[in-house]
Amino acid sequence: MAIGTSTGTSTGLGGGPADTGPLPVPDAPVRRRRLPRSPKVLIGLGALAVFLIIAVIGPWIAPYDPTRTFSTTASFPLPPSAAHWLGTTQQQQDVLSQLLAGGRSTILVAFVAGLVATAAAVLIGVTAGYAGGLADDLLSMLANFFLVMPALPLLIVIFGFLPQSQGGDDVLIGLIIAVTGWAYGARVLRAQTLSLRNRDYVESARITGERGWRIITFEILPNLIPILASSFLFTVLYGVGTYTALAFLGLVNPNHLSWGGMLFYAQVAGAESSGYWWLFLPPGLAVALLGTALALLNFGIDEFINPRLRAAGLTRRRARQAGLTGSARPPRRFVLGVTPVVRSEPLTAASGSASHHSSERNGVRADLAAPGRPGLNRLWRGRSPR
Amino acid sequence: MHVISRRIGFYIATAIAAVTVDFLIPRVMPGNPVSAVLSKMQGQVVTPATLRALQVQFGSGTREGAWGQYTHYWSSLFHGNLGISTSNGLVPVTSVIRGALPWTLGLVGTATVLSFAAGTLLGILVAWRRGSWLDNLLPATTFFQAAPYFFLAFLAIDLFAIKLGWFPPGSARNILDFPAWNWTYISDVLDHAALPALTIVIASAAGWIVGMRNVMITTMDEDYVLLAQAKGLPKHRVIWYAARNAILPSISSFSLAIGFVVSGALLTEIVFSYPGLGFILLNAVQEGDYALLQGIFLVITMAVLVANLVADFVYVFLDPRTRREA
Repeated sequence: MAIGTSTGTSTGLGGGPADTGPLPVPDAPVRRRRLPRSPKVLIGLGALAVFLIIAVIGPWIAPYDPTRTFSTTASFPLPPSAAHWLGTTQQQQDVLSQLLAGGRSTILVAFVAGLVATAAAVLIGVTAGYAGGLADDLLSMLANFFLVMPALPLLIVIFGFLPQSQGGDDVLIGLIIAVTGWAYGARVLRAQTLSLRNRDYVESARITGERGWRIITFEILPNLIPILASSFLFTVLYGVGTYTALAFLGLVNPNHLSWGGMLFYAQVAGAESSGYWWLFLPPGLAVALLGTALALLNFGIDEFINPRLRAAGLTRRRARQAGLTGSARPPRRFVLGVTPVVRSEPLTAASGSASHHSSERNGVRADLAAPGRPGLNRLWRGRSPR
Repeated sequence: MHVISRRIGFYIATAIAAVTVDFLIPRVMPGNPVSAVLSKMQGQVVTPATLRALQVQFGSGTREGAWGQYTHYWSSLFHGNLGISTSNGLVPVTSVIRGALPWTLGLVGTATVLSFAAGTLLGILVAWRRGSWLDNLLPATTFFQAAPYFFLAFLAIDLFAIKLGWFPPGSARNILDFPAWNWTYISDVLDHAALPALTIVIASAAGWIVGMRNVMITTMDEDYVLLAQAKGLPKHRVIWYAARNAILPSISSFSLAIGFVVSGALLTEIVFSYPGLGFILLNAVQEGDYALLQGIFLVITMAVLVANLVADFVYVFLDPRTRREA
């Protein structure tokens, strides 16, 4: 199973992925416990909101027309000044205005790609997982084919053959990127659908005579929502990176303003070797921060799906605040290798460094036979139930 | 072995599909690639033979049927003929690619192996010390993961090559050096490769760190890790037991990651003016050299498929369960 999506496979120790509230804040109502409220998620949400606002109002709050040429005499980019907070480009256009206006295209393309690819992923992944048999084999093969093929070179070939006139259409670009971006989500969704398909409640729905589409939309899809959200964010992130890369290569109509296009012009101007940092730093940082926001949100969803990851992120102090540890309970994080089990018992101490297999087993057995021993007890409590 | 033969079968099917896609794109896309190429070739003498070669390449103006074109395409592929590169004065695409491929293989191969090793080790460390200050590493790696490779390349050149002057800012070797197996030349090549490789490692290690950490944390809750600890095994042995189980998903997700890494590395080459595939790719884009574009796509796809196959071999070797299933 893919990394970060190890859902529904928790064995024995804990409950299912969705019903665990592993941070039992004593007074919090049940409903609030289910919302992931880690700083990661809050920062990610806040940053994403800022970027969305910029995408909407950016072109209007830009101080200048981003295509206006301010000087015909200056032949090199001007550093930041009072008139131009982020300096000017090689063509003497205002960088700040381009940055604000270029966000719209970047974010639009990424979200179109994310939406379309996620829709395709649901359609193909859930169908494959639910139908099984030959349909599953064929659809999985298709998904694996798109997964294995390097997407960017394929997109470069497609965009290379795209007539220049169509190279600046955000929706079309988003659609083309989506063609290469749906497979990962489809694979994850298929795996999860497979595991849900044979659960008792789905079986009972099938036995009561529910139709296939109804079982999928009302019994299975609601349980896929966290994975769906995660795969959507992943695809948007992929869309941001891919669109930026394509624009950076000059494959998107260079007159079409975007952050990747700004980086294209920065490269043309030789910004990296001439010290024109204001040409590449603002758009590059914008792309990186937008990506970071999306990735942080994705982490939050991952932690929501797999509670073990959430508890792992807690520092000791925060864990105590959350009521996980107190004076009565040892810290949740057990320190391996220096357990008191070894120290308190001479027999076990010998086994700790022994290469003898029989003595090792004996030592452990001796300990397990006496559950009241403080060392072992502490160990068990360290693994607090989840 | 059943598993391996099935994987090989899958990769062969993928390779055939990739070639088919490569064949179809110029034929289904709107516009006429032949005239587009000719318009970019102004100033060059276009002989009838060249025109004919272009028409065959893109399937316009020929009287051959679609299937005939397709079989023709395959046969020329097996003869090592990928068409004519128009941006480099009408030389075969294969010879252009042959000149660039070693640089890319050396740079990207080394950087990928390094980043996998470093990222996995760091991931183990971060998982092991969970709750410590090392957790703060994660937001930083998230940033590096989200930042475009070529943006990091911009930063690296500006900081390490221009401001600090530790590394040369671009190219793969000193122009004046003559390629030879002596220390001057080798050290010069290594010196030029250091900064691009570093950029690729930093950009791609983040994914391995996060992936390894997540699986490692789950693995550390397994009973056998607790038992190893309860037996009083030395710390490194316990870590070894957990890590060798946790690394399996990392290897199986290698196939997902390698495409990203290669794509990012190509863009990094462009910023560094490193004379690999990425650099001639940019040239091909700018000059409208479609045959070269298609050739590069094929070569990269085949390289990625081979890398995937190797990763699969390693996985089957490491995980006995895959062998028992067969």
